[in-house]
Amino acid sequence: MRTIKYALKQAFVQVFRNRTMSIASIFSITAMLLILGLFFILAVNVGLATESAKDKFDTIQIYLLDETTVESANDMISSLKSMNGVDDAVYFTKEQAMEEFRVSWGEQAYLLDTLAENPLPNSIKVTMNDLTQAETVIQVARTFAGVEDVPDSQEFIDQVLRITDGIQKGAIAIIVFLVIVSVVVVSNTVKLTVLAREREISIMKYVGATNWFIRGPFLVEGMLIGCLSSLVSVGLIMAVYTKIVELVGQRALLLLSTSLVPAGFLTTHLFGVFLPLGISIGAIGSIISMRRFLDT
Amino acid sequence: MIEFIDVTKKYGDNIGLEHANIKINKGDFVFLVGPSGAGKSTFIKLILREIQADSGKILVDGMDVTKISNRQVPELRRTCGMVFQDFRLLPKKTVFENVAFAMEMVKFSQRTIRRQVPQILSMMGISSKADKYPDELSAGEQQRVAIARAVINNPKVLIADEPTGNLDPDTAWEIMKLLEMINRRGTTIVMVTHAKDIVDRMNKRVVTIEKGHIVGDVTEGAYVIHENY
Repeated sequence: MRTIKYALKQAFVQVFRNRTMSIASIFSITAMLLILGLFFILAVNVGLATESAKDKFDTIQIYLLDETTVESANDMISSLKSMNGVDDAVYFTKEQAMEEFRVSWGEQAYLLDTLAENPLPNSIKVTMNDLTQAETVIQVARTFAGVEDVPDSQEFIDQVLRITDGIQKGAIAIIVFLVIVSVVVVSNTVKLTVLAREREISIMKYVGATNWFIRGPFLVEGMLIGCLSSLVSVGLIMAVYTKIVELVGQRALLLLSTSLVPAGFLTTHLFGVFLPLGISIGAIGSIISMRRFLDT
Repeated sequence: MIEFIDVTKKYGDNIGLEHANIKINKGDFVFLVGPSGAGKSTFIKLILREIQADSGKILVDGMDVTKISNRQVPELRRTCGMVFQDFRLLPKKTVFENVAFAMEMVKFSQRTIRRQVPQILSMMGISSKADKYPDELSAGEQQRVAIARAVINNPKVLIADEPTGNLDPDTAWEIMKLLEMINRRGTTIVMVTHAKDIVDRMNKRVVTIEKGHIVGDVTEGAYVIHENY
């Protein structure tokens, strides 16, 4: 207990007295976390955008012949619902379809009034929760009696899936790479601070300090530096990101038909990731770089 | 207090110390003399377990140093206070903190530390320097801090490796007086030195090492070089 208190106190004192080195370490960790943060934000936003893009293609429309009864449609619905990857299936009357049409036509909807008869077919709307199963569902639906047509959007869905998958994998690869780079950079920076105090460590050993007694303050110091760096970088990223959301948030909604992740939500998540990440980078960095000084 | 029984340490073909036998009793004040490279450093490094002996037995305060585990080394080093020619103070710590460091290691309470450190500093005559950093002090003052740090936990043995090597004669003599005072309080002192005048003037036990062998051991003696060995 007293050793922990001592280590904490010493760490604060040492960070302050070795300001130059501490600031250098904080800068390099912050820089790494900043780049990491940019990719994190990118990944989160791409994730959101692809999610909402996927939403648009997760329904399969099964057009029915006019003579198909509601009963046989209901039979189809129950067998569809039992299939893998199907979230829901609902009957969609031609009147509902017309209503939907009107809404999407907006001000031009009056043109539809001239139609003597509703030309739209009754249909079943199948909502998928696993798009990879879409092809099977379409094949099966085509075999049902009373089905007029099932338009196949499979190719398009495949493409969307490939792209979102690629973007996510790329983002993860870049993030992993950056984490490795920051651990290396940090352990080198901490090594410099330890090297600068190699003599100090050897003196401590001469006076009879145990390894943990020596390591403690350095460890806490590394964690403290990591903690400060993560605070600084989260602060900077959020300041910039809030500005970006303010400036292009509305336009992004128009251009990409998806909104940006709100700043407040991102802060909490970024904080939850960066604080432990910064602290462990600092801790791992100091342990790695101290190892060779504490051999005997 | 310290006993070497047939201790040998070689560095490759070079002899560090060979078949060394010596007994240093509690309360002794021993000068360790001899030319450079004779084995004095080996002697001290063996006591502190900085290096391991090839053969033989080394007892320090009843502990067989050759047998203890690495984890017990810090404990051994606390039994022995150390003073060096180059002081080895922690440069980023104040005088007070340098001395307090040794106490914090042994987990004394802050209250005890705040009480005892000023006492020892005043005993060493450097009370007014408590808040200074080592580089703000003169060489003599730095050595006083180092001695304060070495004795604050009342070690059984104080090992001084040429403590006066960087000091002018007057300051050196003041340091010797301090060491003598510490010795009077019951601490065994082993001091490595080249300073013939100091050895002659102190008139204490003198152990001479040459080419890895203990060639002289006189209870009240002077600095002698056995060139013929």
